Amino acid sequence: MFQALVNPDRFMAFSRWAAPLFGVIALVLAAAGLVLDFQAPPDYQQGYTVHIMFIHVPAAFMSEFVYVCLGVASFLSLVFRHALATAAARAAAPLGAGFTLLALVTGSLWGRPTWGTWWVWDPRLTSVLVLFLFYLGYMALEAAIEDETKAARAAAILALVGLINLPIVHYSVVWWNSLHQGSSLLRAGGPAMPAVYLAPLLLMVFAYMAGFGALWLVRIRGEVWRRRAAVLAMRAAT
Amino acid sequence: MSGFSLILRRELALSWAGGGGPFLALGFYVAMASLLPLALGADPARMAGIAPGFAWLVLALASLLSLERMFERDFEDGALDLIALGPAPLEMTALAKGLAQWIAIAAPLALLAPVIVAALGAPTRLTPIVVTCGLIGGLSFCFLGGVGAALSLGSRRGGVLIALIVLPLFTPPVIFGAGAIEAFVAGLDWRTPLLLLCAYSLGATALCPFAMAAAARNAIS
Repeated sequence: MFQALVNPDRFMAFSRWAAPLFGVIALVLAAAGLVLDFQAPPDYQQGYTVHIMFIHVPAAFMSEFVYVCLGVASFLSLVFRHALATAAARAAAPLGAGFTLLALVTGSLWGRPTWGTWWVWDPRLTSVLVLFLFYLGYMALEAAIEDETKAARAAAILALVGLINLPIVHYSVVWWNSLHQGSSLLRAGGPAMPAVYLAPLLLMVFAYMAGFGALWLVRIRGEVWRRRAAVLAMRAAT
Repeated sequence: MSGFSLILRRELALSWAGGGGPFLALGFYVAMASLLPLALGADPARMAGIAPGFAWLVLALASLLSLERMFERDFEDGALDLIALGPAPLEMTALAKGLAQWIAIAAPLALLAPVIVAALGAPTRLTPIVVTCGLIGGLSFCFLGGVGAALSLGSRRGGVLIALIVLPLFTPPVIFGAGAIEAFVAGLDWRTPLLLLCAYSLGATALCPFAMAAAARNAIS
Protein backbone atom coordinates (compact mmCIF):
# COMPACT_ATOMS: atom_id res chain seq x y z
CA MET A 1 0.00 0.00 0.00
CA PHE A 2 2.85 2.32 0.89
CA GLN A 3 4.52 1.73 -2.47
CA ALA A 4 1.33 2.69 -4.27
CA LEU A 5 0.86 5.84 -2.25
CA VAL A 6 4.32 7.17 -3.11
CA ASN A 7 2.86 8.34 -6.40
CA PRO A 8 1.25 11.74 -5.70
CA ASP A 9 -1.63 11.18 -8.11
CA ARG A 10 -2.52 7.91 -6.47
CA PHE A 11 -2.12 9.49 -3.07
CA MET A 12 -4.54 12.24 -4.05
CA ALA A 13 -7.05 9.70 -5.35
CA PHE A 14 -6.70 7.64 -2.17
CA SER A 15 -6.83 10.53 0.29
CA ARG A 16 -9.84 12.04 -1.46
CA TRP A 17 -12.07 9.41 0.07
CA ALA A 18 -9.79 8.24 2.90
CA ALA A 19 -9.68 11.63 4.64
CA PRO A 20 -13.46 12.02 5.02
CA LEU A 21 -13.73 8.33 5.91
CA PHE A 22 -11.24 8.75 8.76
CA GLY A 23 -13.12 11.86 9.82
CA VAL A 24 -16.42 9.97 10.02
CA ILE A 25 -14.76 7.10 11.91
CA ALA A 26 -13.30 9.62 14.35
CA LEU A 27 -16.67 11.25 14.94
CA VAL A 28 -18.45 7.90 15.45
CA LEU A 29 -15.77 6.62 17.84
CA ALA A 30 -15.67 9.90 19.75
CA ALA A 31 -19.47 9.91 20.06
CA ALA A 32 -19.48 6.31 21.32
CA GLY A 33 -16.61 7.06 23.69
CA LEU A 34 -18.33 10.13 25.10
CA VAL A 35 -21.63 8.28 25.59
CA LEU A 36 -19.86 5.50 27.49
CA ASP A 37 -17.86 8.12 29.36
CA PHE A 38 -20.94 9.91 30.66
CA GLN A 39 -22.57 6.61 31.61
CA ALA A 40 -19.54 5.75 33.72
CA PRO A 41 -19.98 6.48 37.44
CA PRO A 42 -17.97 9.33 38.95
CA ASP A 43 -14.68 8.17 40.41
CA TYR A 44 -14.84 7.54 44.16
CA GLN A 45 -11.93 9.89 44.75
CA GLN A 46 -11.89 12.30 41.83
CA GLY A 47 -15.63 12.67 41.34
CA TYR A 48 -16.71 14.11 38.02
CA THR A 49 -13.27 15.46 37.15
CA VAL A 50 -12.35 11.96 35.98
CA HIS A 51 -14.15 12.82 32.76
CA ILE A 52 -11.20 15.06 31.84
CA MET A 53 -9.15 11.89 31.51
CA PHE A 54 -10.95 10.93 28.30
CA ILE A 55 -9.81 14.16 26.66
CA HIS A 56 -6.42 14.38 28.31
CA VAL A 57 -4.90 10.90 28.09
CA PRO A 58 -5.50 10.41 24.34
CA ALA A 59 -4.04 13.88 23.68
CA ALA A 60 -0.93 13.05 25.68
CA PHE A 61 -0.58 9.78 23.79
CA MET A 62 -1.03 11.55 20.44
CA SER A 63 1.60 14.16 21.28
CA GLU A 64 4.24 11.42 21.20
CA PHE A 65 2.62 9.39 18.43
CA VAL A 66 2.60 12.40 16.10
CA TYR A 67 6.26 13.09 16.87
CA VAL A 68 7.11 9.55 15.78
CA CYS A 69 5.08 10.13 12.57
CA LEU A 70 6.97 13.39 12.07
CA GLY A 71 10.29 11.65 12.61
CA VAL A 72 9.51 8.83 10.17
CA ALA A 73 8.26 11.29 7.54
CA SER A 74 11.39 13.42 8.04
CA PHE A 75 13.62 10.39 7.64
CA LEU A 76 11.88 9.39 4.40
CA SER A 77 12.05 12.96 3.16
CA LEU A 78 15.74 13.27 4.00
CA VAL A 79 16.91 9.91 2.68
CA PHE A 80 14.64 9.35 -0.31
CA ARG A 81 13.97 13.04 -1.00
CA HIS A 82 10.36 12.26 -1.58
CA ALA A 83 8.05 15.26 -1.96
CA LEU A 84 5.09 13.60 -0.26
CA ALA A 85 7.13 12.68 2.80
CA THR A 86 8.30 16.28 3.01
CA ALA A 87 4.71 17.48 2.79
CA ALA A 88 3.70 14.92 5.43
CA ALA A 89 6.37 16.08 7.87
CA ARG A 90 5.44 19.70 7.34
CA ALA A 91 1.76 18.92 7.79
CA ALA A 92 2.23 16.86 10.96
CA ALA A 93 4.08 19.42 13.10
CA PRO A 94 1.25 21.88 13.90
CA LEU A 95 -1.11 18.98 14.61
CA GLY A 96 1.40 17.50 17.03
CA ALA A 97 1.92 20.85 18.69
CA GLY A 98 -1.87 21.16 19.00
CA PHE A 99 -2.21 17.76 20.68
CA THR A 100 0.66 18.57 23.02
CA LEU A 101 -0.87 21.90 23.97
CA LEU A 102 -4.24 20.19 24.52
CA ALA A 103 -2.56 17.63 26.77
CA LEU A 104 -0.83 20.37 28.77
CA VAL A 105 -3.96 22.51 29.14
CA THR A 106 -6.34 19.69 30.02
CA GLY A 107 -3.75 18.21 32.36
CA SER A 108 -3.48 21.55 34.09
CA LEU A 109 -7.28 21.83 34.37
CA TRP A 110 -7.41 18.31 35.74
CA GLY A 111 -4.57 18.90 38.16
CA ARG A 112 -6.19 21.89 39.81
CA PRO A 113 -9.19 20.04 41.36
CA THR A 114 -7.43 16.71 41.95
CA TRP A 115 -3.94 17.72 43.10
CA GLY A 116 -4.77 21.27 44.15
CA THR A 117 -2.23 22.81 41.81
CA TRP A 118 -2.08 23.80 38.15
CA TRP A 119 1.40 22.52 37.58
CA VAL A 120 3.91 20.18 39.20
CA TRP A 121 7.48 19.72 38.04
CA ASP A 122 6.87 16.07 37.61
CA PRO A 123 8.88 14.04 35.06
CA ARG A 124 5.91 13.40 32.79
CA LEU A 125 4.74 16.99 32.77
CA THR A 126 8.24 18.31 32.21
CA SER A 127 9.02 15.99 29.33
CA VAL A 128 5.72 16.85 27.63
CA LEU A 129 6.59 20.53 28.01
CA VAL A 130 10.00 19.92 26.42
CA LEU A 131 8.24 18.05 23.63
CA PHE A 132 6.05 21.09 23.05
CA LEU A 133 9.16 23.29 22.84
CA PHE A 134 10.58 20.85 20.28
CA TYR A 135 7.52 21.28 18.11
CA LEU A 136 7.81 25.06 18.41
CA GLY A 137 11.49 24.96 17.45
CA TYR A 138 10.72 22.75 14.48
CA MET A 139 8.00 25.06 13.19
CA ALA A 140 10.07 28.18 13.85
CA LEU A 141 13.03 26.77 11.91
CA GLU A 142 10.86 25.75 9.00
CA ALA A 143 9.21 29.18 8.89
CA ALA A 144 12.47 31.13 9.22
CA ILE A 145 14.28 29.79 6.14
CA GLU A 146 12.95 31.28 2.93
CA ASP A 147 13.98 28.64 0.40
CA GLU A 148 11.32 25.98 0.82
CA THR A 149 13.34 22.87 -0.02
CA LYS A 150 16.19 24.01 2.22
CA ALA A 151 13.76 24.79 5.02
CA ALA A 152 12.23 21.34 4.71
CA ARG A 153 15.60 19.59 4.80
CA ALA A 154 16.87 21.63 7.75
CA ALA A 155 13.65 20.92 9.63
CA ALA A 156 13.97 17.21 8.81
CA ILE A 157 17.49 17.13 10.26
CA LEU A 158 16.20 18.84 13.39
CA ALA A 159 13.34 16.35 13.65
CA LEU A 160 15.78 13.43 13.53
CA VAL A 161 18.09 15.04 16.12
CA GLY A 162 14.98 15.46 18.26
CA LEU A 163 13.92 11.87 17.68
CA ILE A 164 17.27 10.64 19.06
CA ASN A 165 17.17 13.15 21.87
CA LEU A 166 13.58 12.84 23.10
CA PRO A 167 13.99 9.45 24.81
CA ILE A 168 17.15 10.76 26.49
CA VAL A 169 15.27 13.87 27.59
CA HIS A 170 12.52 11.68 28.97
CA TYR A 171 14.84 9.42 30.95
CA SER A 172 16.99 12.28 32.16
CA VAL A 173 13.91 14.07 33.46
CA VAL A 174 12.73 10.91 35.21
CA TRP A 175 16.19 10.49 36.70
CA TRP A 176 16.21 14.16 37.73
CA ASN A 177 13.05 13.94 39.71
CA SER A 178 13.98 10.69 41.37
CA LEU A 179 16.82 12.70 42.92
CA HIS A 180 14.35 14.96 44.62
CA GLN A 181 11.21 13.15 45.59
CA GLY A 182 9.11 10.53 43.94
CA SER A 183 5.73 11.78 42.83
CA SER A 184 2.97 9.38 43.69
CA LEU A 185 0.31 11.66 42.23
CA LEU A 186 0.49 10.45 38.69
CA ARG A 187 0.43 6.73 39.42
CA ALA A 188 -2.50 5.56 37.31
CA GLY A 189 -5.17 4.72 39.84
CA GLY A 190 -3.31 2.11 41.88
CA PRO A 191 -5.22 -1.00 40.75
CA ALA A 192 -5.76 -1.58 37.04
CA MET A 193 -8.39 0.64 35.49
CA PRO A 194 -11.95 -0.75 35.66
CA ALA A 195 -13.62 -1.60 32.38
CA VAL A 196 -16.19 1.21 32.67
CA TYR A 197 -13.32 3.66 32.25
CA LEU A 198 -11.06 1.59 30.05
CA ALA A 199 -13.58 1.04 27.24
CA PRO A 200 -14.40 4.73 26.64
CA LEU A 201 -10.72 5.63 27.04
CA LEU A 202 -9.65 3.20 24.33
CA LEU A 203 -12.49 4.41 22.10
CA MET A 204 -11.28 7.97 22.58
CA VAL A 205 -7.69 7.01 21.77
CA PHE A 206 -8.82 5.44 18.50
CA ALA A 207 -11.05 8.44 17.81
CA TYR A 208 -8.07 10.78 18.27
CA MET A 209 -5.94 8.61 15.98
CA ALA A 210 -8.59 8.55 13.27
CA GLY A 211 -9.09 12.27 13.68
CA PHE A 212 -5.39 12.86 13.35
CA GLY A 213 -5.34 10.65 10.25
CA ALA A 214 -8.11 12.69 8.67
CA LEU A 215 -6.55 16.06 9.49
CA TRP A 216 -3.12 14.89 8.44
CA LEU A 217 -4.37 13.69 5.05
CA VAL A 218 -6.27 16.94 4.54
CA ARG A 219 -3.18 18.96 5.38
CA ILE A 220 -0.98 16.88 3.07
CA ARG A 221 -3.54 17.37 0.32
CA GLY A 222 -3.40 21.09 0.98
CA GLU A 223 0.40 21.01 0.67
CA VAL A 224 0.16 19.17 -2.66
CA TRP A 225 -2.41 21.65 -3.97
CA ARG A 226 -0.30 24.57 -2.78
CA ARG A 227 2.74 23.22 -4.59
CA ARG A 228 0.77 22.57 -7.76
CA ALA A 229 -0.56 26.11 -7.64
CA ALA A 230 2.98 27.44 -7.22
CA VAL A 231 4.16 25.44 -10.24
CA LEU A 232 1.26 26.78 -12.33
CA ALA A 233 2.01 30.31 -11.22
CA MET A 234 5.67 29.87 -12.22
CA ARG A 235 4.63 28.55 -15.61
CA ALA A 236 2.22 31.41 -16.17
CA ALA A 237 4.88 33.93 -15.26
CA THR A 238 7.49 32.66 -17.71
CA MET B 1 45.10 15.12 10.48
CA SER B 2 47.03 18.19 9.37
CA GLY B 3 43.87 19.45 7.68
CA PHE B 4 42.05 19.03 10.95
CA SER B 5 44.59 21.02 12.95
CA LEU B 6 44.69 23.64 10.22
CA ILE B 7 40.94 24.19 10.46
CA LEU B 8 41.12 24.11 14.24
CA ARG B 9 43.81 26.80 14.29
CA ARG B 10 41.90 28.86 11.75
CA GLU B 11 38.73 28.72 13.86
CA LEU B 12 40.61 29.67 17.01
CA ALA B 13 42.28 32.61 15.26
CA LEU B 14 38.92 33.75 13.90
CA SER B 15 37.26 33.56 17.28
CA TRP B 16 39.88 35.99 18.62
CA ALA B 17 39.78 38.23 15.56
CA GLY B 18 37.04 40.82 15.74
CA GLY B 19 35.03 39.05 18.37
CA GLY B 20 37.17 39.33 21.46
CA GLY B 21 37.31 35.56 21.88
CA PRO B 22 35.68 34.43 25.10
CA PHE B 23 35.30 37.88 26.64
CA LEU B 24 31.79 38.45 25.35
CA ALA B 25 30.52 35.25 26.96
CA LEU B 26 32.55 35.85 30.13
CA GLY B 27 31.19 39.38 30.41
CA PHE B 28 27.65 38.06 30.03
CA TYR B 29 28.32 35.50 32.73
CA VAL B 30 29.60 38.09 35.20
CA ALA B 31 26.76 40.50 34.39
CA MET B 32 24.12 37.82 34.96
CA ALA B 33 25.75 36.82 38.24
CA SER B 34 25.76 40.44 39.41
CA LEU B 35 22.04 40.67 38.70
CA LEU B 36 21.15 37.62 40.81
CA PRO B 37 21.50 39.29 44.24
CA LEU B 38 19.69 42.34 42.88
CA ALA B 39 16.73 40.21 41.83
CA LEU B 40 16.57 37.75 44.72
CA GLY B 41 18.00 39.75 47.60
CA ALA B 42 21.51 39.51 48.99
CA ASP B 43 20.75 37.18 51.90
CA PRO B 44 23.99 35.10 52.02
CA ALA B 45 22.39 31.85 53.17
CA ARG B 46 19.77 31.92 50.43
CA MET B 47 22.28 32.88 47.73
CA ALA B 48 24.66 30.12 48.76
CA GLY B 49 21.86 27.62 48.23
CA ILE B 50 21.00 28.90 44.78
CA ALA B 51 24.53 29.73 43.58
CA PRO B 52 25.69 26.37 42.17
CA GLY B 53 22.54 25.67 40.18
CA PHE B 54 22.33 29.26 38.98
CA ALA B 55 25.97 29.31 37.92
CA TRP B 56 25.47 26.07 35.98
CA LEU B 57 22.33 27.32 34.20
CA VAL B 58 23.87 30.66 33.22
CA LEU B 59 26.96 28.83 31.95
CA ALA B 60 24.66 26.97 29.57
CA LEU B 61 23.04 30.25 28.50
CA ALA B 62 26.37 32.03 28.06
CA SER B 63 27.59 29.29 25.73
CA LEU B 64 24.71 30.18 23.39
CA LEU B 65 26.01 33.67 22.79
CA SER B 66 28.66 33.20 20.14
CA LEU B 67 27.07 30.24 18.37
CA GLU B 68 25.69 32.47 15.66
CA ARG B 69 29.19 33.23 14.41
CA MET B 70 30.18 29.57 14.23
CA PHE B 71 28.92 29.00 10.68
CA GLU B 72 27.26 32.27 9.69
CA ARG B 73 30.48 34.17 8.96
CA ASP B 74 31.87 31.41 6.72
CA PHE B 75 28.49 31.05 5.07
CA GLU B 76 28.23 34.73 4.24
CA ASP B 77 31.72 35.27 2.81
CA GLY B 78 31.68 32.02 0.86
CA ALA B 79 34.42 30.32 2.88
CA LEU B 80 32.01 27.50 3.72
CA ASP B 81 31.61 26.70 0.00
CA LEU B 82 35.40 26.53 -0.40
CA ILE B 83 35.78 24.34 2.68
CA ALA B 84 33.05 22.03 1.37
CA LEU B 85 34.80 21.83 -2.01
CA GLY B 86 38.13 21.04 -0.38
CA PRO B 87 39.49 17.57 0.33
CA ALA B 88 38.52 17.53 4.02
CA PRO B 89 35.10 16.03 4.70
CA LEU B 90 32.64 18.55 6.06
CA GLU B 91 32.04 16.33 9.10
CA MET B 92 35.67 16.81 10.10
CA THR B 93 35.36 20.56 9.67
CA ALA B 94 32.27 20.49 11.86
CA LEU B 95 34.17 18.55 14.52
CA ALA B 96 37.01 21.08 14.37
CA LYS B 97 34.57 23.97 14.64
CA GLY B 98 32.88 22.40 17.65
CA LEU B 99 36.22 21.78 19.37
CA ALA B 100 37.38 25.31 18.60
CA GLN B 101 34.18 26.63 20.12
CA TRP B 102 34.86 24.50 23.17
CA ILE B 103 38.45 25.75 23.55
CA ALA B 104 37.59 29.39 22.87
CA ILE B 105 34.30 29.75 24.75
CA ALA B 106 33.31 26.76 26.86
CA ALA B 107 36.64 26.17 28.60
CA PRO B 108 37.06 29.81 29.73
CA LEU B 109 33.45 29.77 30.96
CA ALA B 110 34.14 26.57 32.91
CA LEU B 111 37.19 28.19 34.49
CA LEU B 112 35.19 31.28 35.43
CA ALA B 113 32.31 29.24 36.88
CA PRO B 114 33.92 28.48 40.30
CA VAL B 115 34.73 32.18 40.71
CA ILE B 116 31.06 33.00 40.14
CA VAL B 117 29.97 30.24 42.50
CA ALA B 118 32.33 31.49 45.20
CA ALA B 119 31.38 35.13 44.63
CA LEU B 120 27.74 34.22 45.21
CA GLY B 121 28.68 32.73 48.53
CA ALA B 122 28.90 28.98 47.97
CA PRO B 123 31.89 27.18 49.53
CA THR B 124 35.11 27.04 47.48
CA ARG B 125 35.36 23.28 47.94
CA LEU B 126 32.93 23.04 45.02
CA THR B 127 35.63 24.29 42.62
CA PRO B 128 36.75 20.90 41.23
CA ILE B 129 33.25 19.60 40.51
CA VAL B 130 32.08 22.88 38.99
CA VAL B 131 35.09 23.09 36.66
CA THR B 132 34.78 19.42 35.70
CA CYS B 133 31.08 19.73 34.93
CA GLY B 134 31.71 22.94 33.00
CA LEU B 135 34.44 21.39 30.88
CA ILE B 136 32.56 18.16 30.15
CA GLY B 137 29.11 19.68 29.80
CA GLY B 138 30.64 22.42 27.65
CA LEU B 139 31.29 19.79 24.99
CA SER B 140 27.55 19.06 24.81
CA PHE B 141 26.68 22.74 24.74
CA CYS B 142 29.15 23.46 21.92
CA PHE B 143 28.18 20.55 19.73
CA LEU B 144 24.40 20.74 20.23
CA GLY B 145 24.71 24.48 19.74
CA GLY B 146 26.69 23.85 16.58
CA VAL B 147 23.80 21.80 15.22
CA GLY B 148 21.46 24.71 15.92
CA ALA B 149 23.89 27.16 14.33
CA ALA B 150 24.25 25.07 11.18
CA LEU B 151 20.51 24.48 10.91
CA SER B 152 19.61 28.14 11.17
CA LEU B 153 21.95 29.12 8.31
CA GLY B 154 20.06 31.08 5.70
CA SER B 155 17.38 32.22 8.10
CA ARG B 156 16.90 35.86 8.91
CA ARG B 157 16.96 35.79 12.69
CA GLY B 158 19.76 33.47 13.65
CA GLY B 159 20.30 34.21 17.34
CA VAL B 160 16.83 33.76 18.79
CA LEU B 161 16.11 30.85 16.47
CA ILE B 162 19.28 29.03 17.61
CA ALA B 163 18.26 29.53 21.23
CA LEU B 164 14.76 28.16 20.60
CA ILE B 165 16.11 25.12 18.74
CA VAL B 166 18.97 24.37 21.10
CA LEU B 167 17.60 25.02 24.59
CA PRO B 168 15.23 22.00 24.63
CA LEU B 169 18.20 19.88 23.54
CA PHE B 170 20.14 21.18 26.54
CA THR B 171 17.73 19.47 28.95
CA PRO B 172 19.77 16.30 29.62
CA PRO B 173 23.21 17.92 30.10
CA VAL B 174 21.73 20.65 32.31
CA ILE B 175 20.02 18.00 34.46
CA PHE B 176 23.09 15.76 34.75
CA GLY B 177 25.49 18.62 35.50
CA ALA B 178 23.19 20.17 38.06
CA GLY B 179 22.64 16.72 39.55
CA ALA B 180 26.39 16.14 39.93
CA ILE B 181 26.97 19.54 41.54
CA GLU B 182 23.96 19.19 43.81
CA ALA B 183 24.97 15.70 44.91
CA PHE B 184 28.50 16.97 45.61
CA VAL B 185 27.09 19.79 47.76
CA ALA B 186 24.94 17.32 49.69
CA GLY B 187 27.80 14.85 50.05
CA LEU B 188 25.98 12.20 48.04
CA ASP B 189 27.18 10.05 45.15
CA TRP B 190 28.14 12.56 42.46
CA ARG B 191 29.92 10.08 40.20
CA THR B 192 26.77 8.67 38.61
CA PRO B 193 25.43 11.99 37.27
CA LEU B 194 28.95 13.00 36.24
CA LEU B 195 29.34 9.77 34.29
CA LEU B 196 25.95 10.31 32.67
CA LEU B 197 27.09 13.82 31.72
CA CYS B 198 30.29 12.34 30.24
CA ALA B 199 28.27 9.80 28.28
CA TYR B 200 25.93 12.43 26.91
CA SER B 201 28.79 14.75 25.97
CA LEU B 202 30.73 12.01 24.23
CA GLY B 203 27.61 10.94 22.35
CA ALA B 204 26.95 14.53 21.30
CA THR B 205 30.57 14.99 20.21
CA ALA B 206 30.42 11.84 18.12
CA LEU B 207 27.02 12.35 16.47
CA CYS B 208 26.53 16.10 16.18
CA PRO B 209 29.23 16.68 13.52
CA PHE B 210 27.17 14.56 11.13
CA ALA B 211 24.05 16.64 11.73
CA MET B 212 26.10 19.85 11.47
CA ALA B 213 27.66 18.76 8.18
CA ALA B 214 24.29 17.69 6.76
CA ALA B 215 22.76 21.02 7.73
CA ALA B 216 25.70 23.02 6.34
CA ARG B 217 25.60 21.06 3.08
CA ASN B 218 21.90 21.75 2.82
CA ALA B 219 22.45 25.48 3.35
CA ILE B 220 25.13 25.85 0.67
CA SER B 221 23.51 23.56 -1.88
